Amino acid sequence: MSKSAVELPPKGGFSFDLCRRNAMLSTKGGVRPPSYRKTGTTIVGLVFKDGVILGADTRATEGPIVCDKNCEKIHYMAPNIYCCGAGTAADTEAVTDMVSSQLQLHRYATGRESRVVTALTLLKSHLFSYQGYVSAALVLGGVDITGPHLHTIYPHGSTDTLPFATMGSGSLAAMAIFESKYKEDLTREEGIQLVAEAICSGIFNDLGSGSNVDVCVITKGHKEYLRNYQLPNPRTYVSSRGYSFAKGQTEVLTTKIVPLKEKEEAAAEVGDAMEE
Amino acid sequence: MSIFEYNGSALVAMVGKNCFAIASDRRFGVQLQTIATDFQRIFKIHDKVFLGLSGLATDAQTLYQRLVFRHKLFQLREERDMKPETFASLVSAILYEKRFGPYFCQPVIAGLGDDNKPFICTMDSIGAKELAKDFVVAGTASESLYGACESMYKPDMEPDELFETISQALQASVDRDCLSGWGGHVYVVTPTEVRESTLKGRMD
Repeated sequence: MSKSAVELPPKGGFSFDLCRRNAMLSTKGGVRPPSYRKTGTTIVGLVFKDGVILGADTRATEGPIVCDKNCEKIHYMAPNIYCCGAGTAADTEAVTDMVSSQLQLHRYATGRESRVVTALTLLKSHLFSYQGYVSAALVLGGVDITGPHLHTIYPHGSTDTLPFATMGSGSLAAMAIFESKYKEDLTREEGIQLVAEAICSGIFNDLGSGSNVDVCVITKGHKEYLRNYQLPNPRTYVSSRGYSFAKGQTEVLTTKIVPLKEKEEAAAEVGDAMEE
Repeated sequence: MSIFEYNGSALVAMVGKNCFAIASDRRFGVQLQTIATDFQRIFKIHDKVFLGLSGLATDAQTLYQRLVFRHKLFQLREERDMKPETFASLVSAILYEKRFGPYFCQPVIAGLGDDNKPFICTMDSIGAKELAKDFVVAGTASESLYGACESMYKPDMEPDELFETISQALQASVDRDCLSGWGGHVYVVTPTEVRESTLKGRMD
């Protein structure tokens, strides 16, 4: 704990200040511990002739409630590496952001393109050191100097290296498609088609996954992020005019209007004065 | 009971045409007993960024103080206000720091960014950001707010219409939630002015 009178911004790492209070609340207060936003999720990846294709659905859930109908689950790691995340949304987001900035710094230091194994090692050592409490299940894919790579990473830090992989609650539905239709040296079009089909299988057969299909194609020196590649669940039930409310329909007690002033460009003037 | 239901709250933010609105209920209760009926859970960070904190009120106030402190440090160092996107990342980082012993708060952030482009965002209590283009909700009335907003929201509303829509959505939703109500606070922010209103609502 910090001893200074003023609490300074922390340098990083987790803070366990509130753990004892929260534990007390759940034992003495009789309150349930909170539920977090999960990504439910179907995420997949496969290796094709020229590189790697990643795919994801776009539903985020909190318990039985859909809290985001079109979220992004394919995270940027490096220009040649992307990573799909399943599990607790905050963990997948934080872990991928953290490793992607470590990779960026590593590229600045070495002046070379990041390798997929580097990202893999950083991710698994972080997850292993937290013993599975950072619950991120990842599908990592990319193309580097040593060719295309596809890995899966489990929350406890174990990893697999595979030609095709699925993760998340829809992984069984998606794997069923891959197991029956995957073959080596798929073309780009066949690969995208198979990935989209696997994601759709998750969307329609797993309740934790839903909405749209995102696809990311990574080839040597090139990548293509196809956000909302397919929209199999469009909104059809609301009239385009919607509801309209007459002005003054809501009962208002008080209204206060504060006009906003234009910000003065003080900095520029100070700069000029100092030059003179 | 979940700790998020201890004090009760309803929070919603909506995007309009070059403007946004953020609204909350006014009840502060301890489980089913009402303590105050003029509670503030929407805070101004600067003229064009507003923060709503649903969930446990004690954590909401602590979190607000820490965020204002960090924003003031930023202002002193940078001599400018924070962009809403930056502020959202700050909130997310502060919440994720307490991943294993969280603040029991779900924040809603709304602001006008560069070129007065509206930005709204919500998070869970450990900082998983959800960026939406239309509306975001939080609090004990969130389930009914999802329904009300899903049917009442239209894209590109003018400030006056946005005010009516968000107010009606809020009122309709808190009537189906025991733990929130007693009228509402509504802020409609345009590039030129902030309109702050208090709404009359049911008192049961």
